[in-house]
Order: sequence, then C-alpha cells, then structure tokens
Amino acid sequence: MSMRDTILNEMRTVATLHGKRLPDLTDDLPLTESGLDSLCFALLVARLEDNLDRDPLSEIPNGRFPSTIGEFVALYEEAVA
Amino acid sequence: MRNAQNLLRWIEEGRGRGSVVATRDCVLPLDGLEHGTSLGRDLNGLRGLSVVLSVQDIAKAAAALIELDGLARRIVLCPPGWEPSRLEFAAVTAQADALIYDGDAEPPSVYLRHSAPCRLPLQPLESPRVADFDTEWVLPTSGTTGPPKLVVHTLGTLTGAIVDAPLQRWATFYDIRRYGGLQIFLRAMLGHGPLVVGTEGEDIGSTLARFGDARITHISGTPTHWRKVLMSGEGHRISPDYVRLSGEIADQTILSALRAFFPRARIEHAYASTEAGVVFAVNDGKPGFPARWIEDGGDVQMKIMDNTLRVRSNRCARRFLGDEAPALTDEEGFVDTGDIVERRGDRCYFMGRRGGVISVGGLKVHPEEVEAALNSIEQVCASRVFARKSPVTGALVCAEVVLRNGCAADADTELKILSACRARLGPHSSPVGLRFVADLPITAGGKIARYG
Repeated sequence: MSMRDTILNEMRTVATLHGKRLPDLTDDLPLTESGLDSLCFALLVARLEDNLDRDPLSEIPNGRFPSTIGEFVALYEEAVA
Repeated sequence: MRNAQNLLRWIEEGRGRGSVVATRDCVLPLDGLEHGTSLGRDLNGLRGLSVVLSVQDIAKAAAALIELDGLARRIVLCPPGWEPSRLEFAAVTAQADALIYDGDAEPPSVYLRHSAPCRLPLQPLESPRVADFDTEWVLPTSGTTGPPKLVVHTLGTLTGAIVDAPLQRWATFYDIRRYGGLQIFLRAMLGHGPLVVGTEGEDIGSTLARFGDARITHISGTPTHWRKVLMSGEGHRISPDYVRLSGEIADQTILSALRAFFPRARIEHAYASTEAGVVFAVNDGKPGFPARWIEDGGDVQMKIMDNTLRVRSNRCARRFLGDEAPALTDEEGFVDTGDIVERRGDRCYFMGRRGGVISVGGLKVHPEEVEAALNSIEQVCASRVFARKSPVTGALVCAEVVLRNGCAADADTELKILSACRARLGPHSSPVGLRFVADLPITAGGKIARYG
C-alpha cells in the first residue's frame, strides 16, 4: 500500500471512531478543513507511528509544519525514504 | 476589606481608553463602562455579595468582571459550558448569593437569592457604582472531571507579574476565565490596545484573520494552540512582535518551528499555574529553564522537593476555598506545583505531572478517573491508564485493559469500550487506544503500579 493510501485509510478510521465526516481528501486540501480536530490529529499521528514506526511530526527539521494533506503525506514519505 | 484599586478605577484613570475586548460575536468598548453597564438595573443590588459568573461569551465575561471587581465581595469565574451540578458545587463552596448568567441564553438551573442577566451592548448606567471591596477572584483549576478546586486570588496577586506596557495589542486563544487567559486580559486592561480573543467553535483560519485585521502585536496560547496555527496554513495572517506559550510543556520542536515561522518575534514560554501564579518566562529559545533561577529567582522563590517544583511569591493564590479544602502552601508558604522537574547540568526541564496526571492539549486528565469509567464498562475487569507522548496535543490517554472472561480481545470489543468511555468522559479524557493484557502489575501496597 502506498504511503498516501496508508495515511488516508487511517484518517478514515479516526474519523469513524470520532464520528467525524471527511470531505474529499485531495492533496491541496488544508488540514484544518479535513474535518479532523487536534485530538483526532494526535490520534492519527499515534496510529501512524504504530504502523510505520515513524513520528516525523516530533522532529521537523526545518520548522515547517505541514498544512495540507499533500504536505502531510510528503512529510511521512520523506521520513521512511 | 476596602481597597482603592479595582478595574473600573483603572478605566477612570484613562487605561483602556478607546480600547475594546472583541470576540467573533461581541465587542466591549472599555470606555463605555464608565457610564454603561452589562448588568442592567440589578447592579448595585450585587454590592458586597458572593457572585457566580457563568456567561457564554468572553466579551460579556470581561464586562461583568470589570463591573463586579470592587463591587462584589467575591467573584467565581466559571468556564463556559459547565453543567448545573458543577455550578451548584461552586456556588455552595463559595457561599454564593448571586448568579450572573448570559442574557442571550437560557439561565442555568441553579437557584440563588439573586440572579442577573449579562448583556452586550452596554445599557446606560442608572446610578453610580460603589466599588470599594478588595474582591476575591475565585478560579477553578482545570481538571476535566470531578469537582474542581476553587483557588482564591485578588487583583493584587493576579497582576503581580504584569509590567505596564501601553502600546501592546493583545490576542489570545485562551478563555479569559482560565488563569492563562486572565493574565492576558489583565495585561490588555493595563495598556491602551485592544484584546482580541478566539471564540469557541470558530475555525482557526477565521480566528487568525480577525487577529490579523486587529493588527495585534502580542499573542498567547498553549503549545497545542500553536501547533494548530502552524498546521493551519493561515499563520501568515498575523505578524506579531511577541509570541507567548504557556499552560503546557514547550518542547524544542515547537519553539524552533515558531522561531522559523515568526523570525521577527520575541518568543517566550511562560510557566504559571492557577495556584502558583506566574512563576517565570523563558526567552532563550530552549525548553526548560536555567537551573540558577532556582537559587536566585528574584521576587519568586523556588525549591525542588521530591522532584517537584515548589514556588513562593506574591503572585501565588491566597488559599483554596471551602471548609474541607487542603492548605494551599506548606509551612514556609511554598505552593507545591505538582510539576516534576529534572536538573541536567545548568538547565532544569519539566518532565510531566506528579501522580500521573496527563495533560491533553492543556486539559488535565486524572488516570484514576479514567480507570473508574473504564472499570464500570461491562466488558472490563480491570484497567491501567497511561500517557502517550504526542507531537500534536503533548500527550494522549491510553489504557491497558483486562477483559472479563468470555470477552473477545478484538477490534469490535475495543470499539465498544472506547465509545462507552467517550460517552462518559468526553473526547479528551477518553483513551484513544487500548492494549488488552492478561493482568496488571500490583505494588506491594496493593495499588496498580504506575508507569514512571
């Protein structure tokens, strides 16, 4: 499964667990419009860490936090590369 | 006790001239309070009373606070959304005579001798206020479940750390009814700039756009608020001179990220608590604080006992409210912050809360309460709650669960337990994940062995 699919699947799972509705998850969708709140994001990042053994959000080298789905996926792709 | 200092007097002296407190829905012009009121005709009937303040909008809360300071004997600042049982507990503990409720919402079903609605815009003041009490400001601690502790401050203890700086234009993501937000409200009151605050339910982009339109120069929030700003893609809407973090441990990642994003701004992480008051602010861009501050803290004395930080200063609260309440300080006047501090070389670092209290986005979660909720669920035999580090909310709640005989340790059971727990505790206090185990380690004293 691609990194994108892994992440989007986890987003859907988290949304279901917390009763959130997700819009179309396109690359340019701002994370703030993804339908997930801070707590859901925290859960998403924790589940991804369990799956991938990576937590790139804890050690962002250039201080640039991702703000779109595309940037979020790219951060994880770089982390496992 | 009589006192010459109160918030209305500040306004009469010319502070806050032309300034406002603004939420998304309401604007409070501070000068307007000289001849206007948010509390209608009932105002002087509140003189000398113990008052529970429970309104929704922050601008209304600000108006009522300014009007009641000096007029009421005691003000209990309730965060919005408190259920009647918590309001009732606070009212009884504070021996309250009066309830101020939001004039645009249903009054809560708590019955006191007096009640008055709070409304904006301001109405003309019918007779002059007589404000000469040294009012007690009562703040609840931020626990999410169970009865709150009520902490008594005065205007003097609350403003002990504030330096006059007239030109600051403030914004905060906090509610001003929490200690961190109240500090910002009072800072703004002492100056001549506006205070713009986030509004519950408002999306972060709109909040930042309002902050940007108000040309704010100083802004405060928790590390969780700041991570949200950085991930919103809307951070460019503000260009502050000063960025303040408080309420949670600030780690190197968030400090560096803010430094990179706001290269022009002074970035400071402050350490404060409702009980201990403002202790210090660190601005060298590193987490923790210089160890030498323990020995020479200036007007704040600190000591580390049993690995936790103890603080004594004129900004500490006066006491806890209530007949059964424990003492706030030790015999030497030090407040036990409950924050575990570790010294490494010439630096001290915050390691979390004693007693395993977990801070999820700044909200304190008591593991025992989560365990009690878990243990009351049909499938659960025993449980142990622990914190998991999170780069988003600082920490998350997780739990190990021993299932009852015959329950399958599968995803379906996990989902059932988690949703039952969420229904009881709300989203922040509920575990985000479970680990099914055969048994839990017990200490010699017969208690569940805690991590750390």
